Amino acid sequence: QVSAALKKGHVTPTELCQRCLALIKSTKFLNAYITVAEETALKQAEESEKRYRTGQPLGVLDGIPVAVKDNFSTAGIETTCASEMLKGYIPPYSATVVQKLLDQGAVLLGKTNLDEFAMGSGSTDGVFGPVRNPWSYSRQYKEKPVPESHPEDEASNWVITGGSSGGSAAAVSSFTCFAALGSDTGGSTRNPAAHCGVVGLKPTYGLISRHGLIPLVNSMDVPGILTRCVDDAAVVLGSLAGHDPKDSTTVQDNFKPFELPSLTDVSKLSIGIPKEYHAPGLSSEILALWSKAADLFKNAGANVIEVSLPHTHYSIVCYHVLCTAEVASNMARFDGLEYGHRSDMNKSTESMYAATRREGFNDVVRGRILSGNYFLLKQNYESYFVKAQKVRRLIANDFMKVFRSGVDILLTPTTLSDAVPYTEFIKEDNRTRSAQDDILTQAANMAGLPAISVPTALSERGLPVGLQFIGRSFQEKQLLTVAKWFEKQVKFPMIELEEVKRHDHGVFQHQKSASFS
Amino acid sequence: QKVTVDVLDHLERLALVDFRDSEGVERLQKAIQFADQLHEVNTDGVEPMDSVLEDRCLYLREDDVTEGNCAKELLKNAREKVEEYFVAPPGNIPLPKLEERDTYLQSS
Repeated sequence: QVSAALKKGHVTPTELCQRCLALIKSTKFLNAYITVAEETALKQAEESEKRYRTGQPLGVLDGIPVAVKDNFSTAGIETTCASEMLKGYIPPYSATVVQKLLDQGAVLLGKTNLDEFAMGSGSTDGVFGPVRNPWSYSRQYKEKPVPESHPEDEASNWVITGGSSGGSAAAVSSFTCFAALGSDTGGSTRNPAAHCGVVGLKPTYGLISRHGLIPLVNSMDVPGILTRCVDDAAVVLGSLAGHDPKDSTTVQDNFKPFELPSLTDVSKLSIGIPKEYHAPGLSSEILALWSKAADLFKNAGANVIEVSLPHTHYSIVCYHVLCTAEVASNMARFDGLEYGHRSDMNKSTESMYAATRREGFNDVVRGRILSGNYFLLKQNYESYFVKAQKVRRLIANDFMKVFRSGVDILLTPTTLSDAVPYTEFIKEDNRTRSAQDDILTQAANMAGLPAISVPTALSERGLPVGLQFIGRSFQEKQLLTVAKWFEKQVKFPMIELEEVKRHDHGVFQHQKSASFS
Repeated sequence: QKVTVDVLDHLERLALVDFRDSEGVERLQKAIQFADQLHEVNTDGVEPMDSVLEDRCLYLREDDVTEGNCAKELLKNAREKVEEYFVAPPGNIPLPKLEERDTYLQSS
C-alpha cells in the first residue's frame, strides 16, 4: 500500500523517512535501535524521491524505510552485535543482504538492538540494555488488570520482546519501519515476531546469503525477515534470495521471486500437527489457539492429521552442543588485533588476547565459548560433538519422513506463552531461558527448513500470540501462500499505541498501513 | 562427575577466556549435565550430519582475482599498527601457569 502511495505521489520518500525518524525518537524508551543513521537515511530518501519524480523507481522497495539487526555488517555504520567487543567497529563492507536492500532503493534507518552476539531469547542481554515490547504500551495490554500490581509498578510492568532479534521486531511492530532484518539460529526471528505481533520468516538454509552476517552457528544461521504482513515478507524474500558467490553455503538453484496467490481452496492441503510440540510448559491459551487453528483448516476442507517427530525432545540438547561448539570456533576471531576492542595489556600476545576477551565478552558469550571448548576436547569430541551431529541427522530425518508421507505443512505453536514481564524473565539465567523458549522453533534450524510465525490472536493479557508453519526445503512459496491464507482468516488486530495516536494525520495513515506491497 | 581443575585450566587456556567466578564453573557443570541427555538416544549406524546441504555440490568459482587491494580500509579498524602491519605484543611467551595466575581457579 505504501509503495503504491509513493508511486502516486501521495507521500514522498523524504516525508516517510522523516516521519519514521521522528517516531523512532518518540519511541526511544523501547530501546529498539542501537544506531540511527539519520543523515544517510535522509540522503537515501532524497535519491529515492528523485527517482519517483522522474517516474523511475527501482522497484517495490524503493523509498521504503527498513531497519537491520546489529549483527549484519553495514559499511560506514557502526556494527556492534550489542557487545563491548565491537563497540565503535565500523565495517568496511556491507552484508550482501543489506547491499541488496540498498540496491533496491530501500532507506536504511538504523541498526536494531539484540542479545549480545545474538545469544539469547529475550533481547535483554546486550550491552545497550534490554528492548521493550511495544505492546507493553498498547491500550490492549494496559487496560487488562495485572494481578498483584501497584500503580507505581506500572512503569516497570513492561514485557520483553523475545529474542534475539527483539529490536527488529519492536521496530516493525511500533511502525518505525516497514520491514526489518533479523537473524535466525534457534528461533531468533520467529520468537520475537510472535511476542511482538509481527510476521517472522526463517527462510530455508542456503537460500539467502550469510555474507556479512556475523556468524553464530555457521550450519544453522540464516537471515530472517520481519514484516507486518505475509505479502511484505514475500516481497523482501524476493529481493534477498538467490545464490551469492561470496557465501559458499548458498545453493546455486535459480530463484524466481514470486507473488503470493490468494488461496481460496485448501482442500488439497495436508496439514501435519506434530504431537511432540505439545511441550511441557505450553500455556493452555496457546494450546487452545493451536487447536482452533487446526480446526480452521479442517473446516475449510484441508486434511489435518496428527504426526510424530520423535526426536523433538532432544533437539534442544543437540542444539546446545552444536551451537556452543560452533560458537567457540566463531568467537576465536575476536582477539583485538585486527578490529574491535583491544585491551591495554601488552605483556604477551596471548595475555593480550585473554584480557581483550575478558573485557569484551559478557557472561553468556563466555559461558558458551567455554562449554563449546569442553565438548570439542579430544576426550569429549566423539561422545558429545559427533553424537550431537548424529542426533541432528535423526531430527532432520524425522521431518523428511513426515513430509514424504504426504504432509505439506506443519502447524505448531511458536512460543510456550505470551511475552513475560522483564522482571519475571531475568529471574532465570540466559541458558535456562533459551532452553525453554527455543524448544518449539529450534528443530527447523536443525533441519534447515523454512518456517514462519504468523500473529494469530491476543492473549488474555492483551499480548500477541503467534503460530508457526514449517514447510519443505525451498518451498517458501507454498509456505507463504498457506501463511497468507491463515493470516486472512484470523484478522489479527492492529496495535493501538497511544504515542502513535497523538501524531495521527494523513501521512501517518500510510505508516500505519499493514503492508507496503 | 565434576570437572577437574586441570580440565578447567586447560579450557581457560584453549579458549582464552576465564571462568570469572564460581558461577562460571557452575554454568559449565550444568551445561555438561544438560548435554548428557544426548546419550539416551540410540545412534547406532547413524552417520554424523555436518550440513543440511550435504547432498549438493559446493560452488567453486574460477580462480581469478576479483577483489582485494584494500589494505588501507582493513587497517582502519585496528588500534595498533605500523605501516601495513598489525602490531601485537611479543609472542612466544606462554600464559603463566595456574599457580602464578591471578584467576578464580587458583583460589578455588
